[in-house]
Amino acid sequence: MKIVYTDNNATTKVADEVIEEMLPYFGELYGNPSSMHTFGDQVGKKVKEARQRVADFINADPDEIVFTSCGTESDNAAINAALLAFPEKKHIITSNVEHPAINNLYQHLKKTKGYEVTFIPVDKKGLLDLDLLYKSMSDNTAIVSLMWANNETGVLFPIEEIAKKVNEKGILFHTDAVQAMGKIPIDVKKTNVDMLSFSGHKIHAPKGIGVLYVKKGFKFSPFLIGGHQEKGRRGGTENTVSIIGFGKACELAGKNLPIMNTRVRELRDYLQTQLLEKIPGSSVNGDLEQRLPNTLYIGFDAVEGESILLMLDREGICASSGSACTSGSLDPSHVLMAMKVPFKSAHGSIRFSLSHYNTKEEMDIIITTLVPVIQKLRDMSPFWKDGKMV
Amino acid sequence: MWDYTDQVKDHFLNPRNVGELKGANAIGETGSLNCGDALRLYLKVNKNERIMDASFMTFGCASAVASSSALTEIIKGMTLDEAAKITNDDISDYLGGLPKAKMHCSVMGQSALKKAIANFRGVQILSKPGQLVCECFEVTDLEIIDAVKANGLETTEDVTNYLKAGGGCGQCLDRIEEVLESVKAKG
Repeated sequence: MKIVYTDNNATTKVADEVIEEMLPYFGELYGNPSSMHTFGDQVGKKVKEARQRVADFINADPDEIVFTSCGTESDNAAINAALLAFPEKKHIITSNVEHPAINNLYQHLKKTKGYEVTFIPVDKKGLLDLDLLYKSMSDNTAIVSLMWANNETGVLFPIEEIAKKVNEKGILFHTDAVQAMGKIPIDVKKTNVDMLSFSGHKIHAPKGIGVLYVKKGFKFSPFLIGGHQEKGRRGGTENTVSIIGFGKACELAGKNLPIMNTRVRELRDYLQTQLLEKIPGSSVNGDLEQRLPNTLYIGFDAVEGESILLMLDREGICASSGSACTSGSLDPSHVLMAMKVPFKSAHGSIRFSLSHYNTKEEMDIIITTLVPVIQKLRDMSPFWKDGKMV
Repeated sequence: MWDYTDQVKDHFLNPRNVGELKGANAIGETGSLNCGDALRLYLKVNKNERIMDASFMTFGCASAVASSSALTEIIKGMTLDEAAKITNDDISDYLGGLPKAKMHCSVMGQSALKKAIANFRGVQILSKPGQLVCECFEVTDLEIIDAVKANGLETTEDVTNYLKAGGGCGQCLDRIEEVLESVKAKG
């Protein structure tokens, strides 16, 4: 069965070019990049090249790139470093739609360390209450941390504008850019971010490798305390293979960025228009404009997400759902709840997230599969009759 | 992905007895759109109180659909007295088991069946006895105590898996813990 992969906000295919770049370092080139001998040093040089490629991608200095094991580690390291830099400040500002990678850390800090955390709400479109954000900043605020793009809706926060305001107040600013990276241009020289997290496997590198950008001048305390690696900012022998893959993936992502905003956006818009037109009682979650070009989060009234996903899965279509039943919790996603999306469509919300590997034919497969799937489930639903909600 | 048995998958993809039942003389409804699953059960009962036919309409996940489908297959041909003895475990067993977090789907089947039988017999199901614990899913302390005793539940997570209680806003989780402790204390 042909797989139609439209779950790229979950993870992405490792690019063939990335695999090719990594292969020698799985095998004969196994040296330690820190070694004095030439054998190890050739790996060290390759890691250096990768660091340069990653830095170039976001217009950073190579010394500002710290490799980690994943986006979650980057997020944890960033918050940890901020709180250690300002031990007397006990307040954190974030949003109420953050990823669990960081949201659960806040819950932990609140519970065990007595931190006060302000969760800035979003409106129905998933856009942040900026006035409240700015009003919430105080001398006690150690850090403001906000995701750049939401993993479920793809909604973008105006990070450049926010970073500037936060910076003017002299408060540290971190952004979780895991979803934004490779989908919109990011330039750390133009943005006043002190720290920025991203992850390899969202941009066609392997899983298990992340980056924390740390602006020069910030006194960063390591999260993983150990050896001298990453200039003392993250102990542990480097994951050389994945770092090398990450570097290549960043180089490719730079080249593919224009495609994201043209061909991928067109595919997403085509899918969106067709589904809205062919399936009554459907609606898009999140702001239509301030949104990643690859993400479509669409809700279908009176049906439930897990059922939709399993029926799509039978046809080889991979997507995600904000439905309670796919996650083990019983409420729909905290993002949809924060946006006050009505229950009638929240439970039946499906996320399609595309990459440049997707084609128009695949969009047509999704459309022709999804229309009868929704119909079949509605025929079964007590809340749907004669073409509408009851 | 959930670890569903082949029976669950089969009853989800090829549900038996779907749709409104013409001539139904008993209906039982449970769940709501807000909860994320809902079941409307139709029964056609003859004068000897035998279930001649049954059908369902369900909004929910795969195991909710499969539980509904299984329920209709189980009860067809039974008398109402026989059907009244059907438990959520019977539904789960019929499907070769449900994942723990999905047990509430079988509970939903049992609940709709009770309501349909009451509906046929003209019995009003009185408002639930006990004190409301979970406001999101309208679960009382007595229901929690019953479920804990009947199924040997040990943690608040178990309670949520069976009754959904605490799975919404989560504000009642401490209260559920108290109820759990009280049952344990009494042995």
